[in-house]
Amino acid sequence: MKAGAPDKFIVKGKRLDGRKIDELRPIKIKAGVIKSADGSAYLEMGETTVLVAVRGPREVIPRHLAMPDKAYLNCVYDMMSFATPERNRPGPSRRSTEISKVMKDALSPAIFLEKYPKTKIDIYAEITNANAGTRCAAITAASVALADAGIEMKDIVASIGVGKAGGKLMLDLFEPEDNFGEADVPIAIMPRTEEITLLQMDGDLSKDELKKLIAIGKKACKEIYKKQKQALKKKFETEKEAKK
Amino acid sequence: MAKEKIHIKNRDIVVPGDLLAEGMAYLPSGKAFREDNKIYAATVGLISIKGRVIKVIPLAGKYMPKKGDVVIGRVTNMGYSGWHLDVNSPYNADLNIGEATREYIDLAKTDLSKYFDIGEYALAEVINISENKYIKLSTKKRPYRKLKGGNIIEVSPTKIPRIIGKAGSMIKMLKDSSGCDIIVGQNGIVWIKGTPEKEALVAQAIHRIEKESHTKGLTYNIKKMLGGKKK
Amino acid sequence: MRTRTVKSHISALLSKNKREDNRKFDEFRNISIDVNPIPRAHGSCKVKLGETEVIVGVKLDVGEPFPDTPNEGVLIVNAELGPLASPEFESGPPRENAIELARVIDRGIRESKCIDFEKLCIKEKEKVWMLFIDVYPINDSGNLLDASALAAIIALKNALLPKYDKKEEKVLYKEFTKKKLPLTKTPIQCTYAKINGSIILDPSKREEDSLDSRLSISILESGNICAMQKGEVGTFTDKEILDLVEKAIKKSKDLRKLVK
Repeated sequence: MKAGAPDKFIVKGKRLDGRKIDELRPIKIKAGVIKSADGSAYLEMGETTVLVAVRGPREVIPRHLAMPDKAYLNCVYDMMSFATPERNRPGPSRRSTEISKVMKDALSPAIFLEKYPKTKIDIYAEITNANAGTRCAAITAASVALADAGIEMKDIVASIGVGKAGGKLMLDLFEPEDNFGEADVPIAIMPRTEEITLLQMDGDLSKDELKKLIAIGKKACKEIYKKQKQALKKKFETEKEAKK
Repeated sequence: MAKEKIHIKNRDIVVPGDLLAEGMAYLPSGKAFREDNKIYAATVGLISIKGRVIKVIPLAGKYMPKKGDVVIGRVTNMGYSGWHLDVNSPYNADLNIGEATREYIDLAKTDLSKYFDIGEYALAEVINISENKYIKLSTKKRPYRKLKGGNIIEVSPTKIPRIIGKAGSMIKMLKDSSGCDIIVGQNGIVWIKGTPEKEALVAQAIHRIEKESHTKGLTYNIKKMLGGKKK
Repeated sequence: MRTRTVKSHISALLSKNKREDNRKFDEFRNISIDVNPIPRAHGSCKVKLGETEVIVGVKLDVGEPFPDTPNEGVLIVNAELGPLASPEFESGPPRENAIELARVIDRGIRESKCIDFEKLCIKEKEKVWMLFIDVYPINDSGNLLDASALAAIIALKNALLPKYDKKEEKVLYKEFTKKKLPLTKTPIQCTYAKINGSIILDPSKREEDSLDSRLSISILESGNICAMQKGEVGTFTDKEILDLVEKAIKKSKDLRKLVK
């Protein structure tokens, strides 16, 4: 066993933070939190918090990145230096660069990029406090920020981490489960069609366990999807009276 | 045969992916799209149903140019044959000499900055958007021209209809109560010209319309705001 | 939007003793403060100054002292002007604006001698506390300098040292002690902008985009000055500078009341 690992992941039928195995951490989502951005969102999943700004569609710089038939989607995942227990050096790392790419790949299928030829859409996700599941939180928040920016989309992408710790399959891993569990599987879907847009996995799982985890993840994403829509409707509900 | 069903009502707020209607008899319009026999919303928007047409009016988004739009642009550069303008859109805009004025310009003798200098604003019409997404502007016809002095502010392009008001009622009230000249570009740029104090006051009023457009008695409050400070 | 039209409008307005948002020339925008919003930071503060928003976090670690100060802790200040906060910021290594911001914050704290660095020594020449202050703007609507300086001093005041295992020589980052940082003073910074001869406190984004020159002044409880920075291409006269110092001494008293 690795140093710092807990003896057990389940005590008296509950996880170490008191949750049931299929329970999400409390989620809070707010749309429209950064005034200078075209769209933005704040998301809290337990102790994991993230801010996302969307800018665009705007002019592509450098110009050679412009595509004649669709928008260039640029995604940056970053973590504040004090978001982790030990200070992490500011600026990009190999980890953050890979996550930026998988985020972009998870969000692209939901955006009508072809509506914005020769433009660039920028997504900036900043993890303000990290306690596992940061890439999923960033994708969920980014999707709300994209909608807040008025960008045309097929659907809103929802994302969650599922995995296995202490021999149990569980939903929305938090730090000890994520660090010392047997497997973790971040997943994202377009809830309307249930198509999977993000899937990563590391650890040790049987095929049957994976099947069960995907089902658990999809169900949770649909729950998160409701909160994403609520957050957007809450912001735009106030506009209703105006367009009589 | 799929059944026909409508899932929303007039003036509902929708978000991307919301199912609006089922059945081929309905038609998507605005920011709505069809997938098989279903119609969904593509952006955050307000629903407007007219007969079988289901329209999503967007509540957010950047300015995307259309032919015929009236815009306010800032001159960013001058070339041999005309000017480059920033019209608050993802695409560059060009104003060619031939479209700038009806006068004959002798390029050898004329300093182009006499017409439009870098940093100045122009009221112009979008006459074309080329294949490779260059916006072509024209200032030849009235009332298109250089906007001298005044104050420039930026608002969300989706809020322009509100600032103009029903049949121009809001903008007329703004002009009448402040005594300012006000021009609203469809690209979200607004030009205000009067005394510096009035220009600032109108800017505040417009930002308030943008922010509080849902509140009751807005027109009255704005009128009071503009009139109340009159000396 | 840095344009001549906006600048001449703002200048004309200032010449009539008015500002776009009706503020007085020596008035800050509304300030709201959130203490320790980041649980993982050893100390943190979010400051909202009008629409401008900044998060500053403090992290502690143990490292080697500098050879010329073998019994003193180390302070490192960094600012990340990331694209989250403004369409004008880009990803990548810090550019000169970010470095200027970090260095102005650094000087305000270091030169005020508000931190008793000797108390941050664990073992002379070998182990001292390293204090990292990282500034992250969330939204730039003008005057990031004062919002950041205020957030930095409040984050410092509310930071708790993590546990240090002397035997293992390891910091237990997640275990907070009840020990605060050895702070003795509270420097307060006020930034002024000069636009076409008029001088105003706490410039908004449009005022900042129109300014000719800028002056930041950090003041201590004693009324003495501990740091200054003149910025941008315009100039000040000595009379203007002394006048602003006097104003900053007065203004800093109000602002200091917000620091807890």
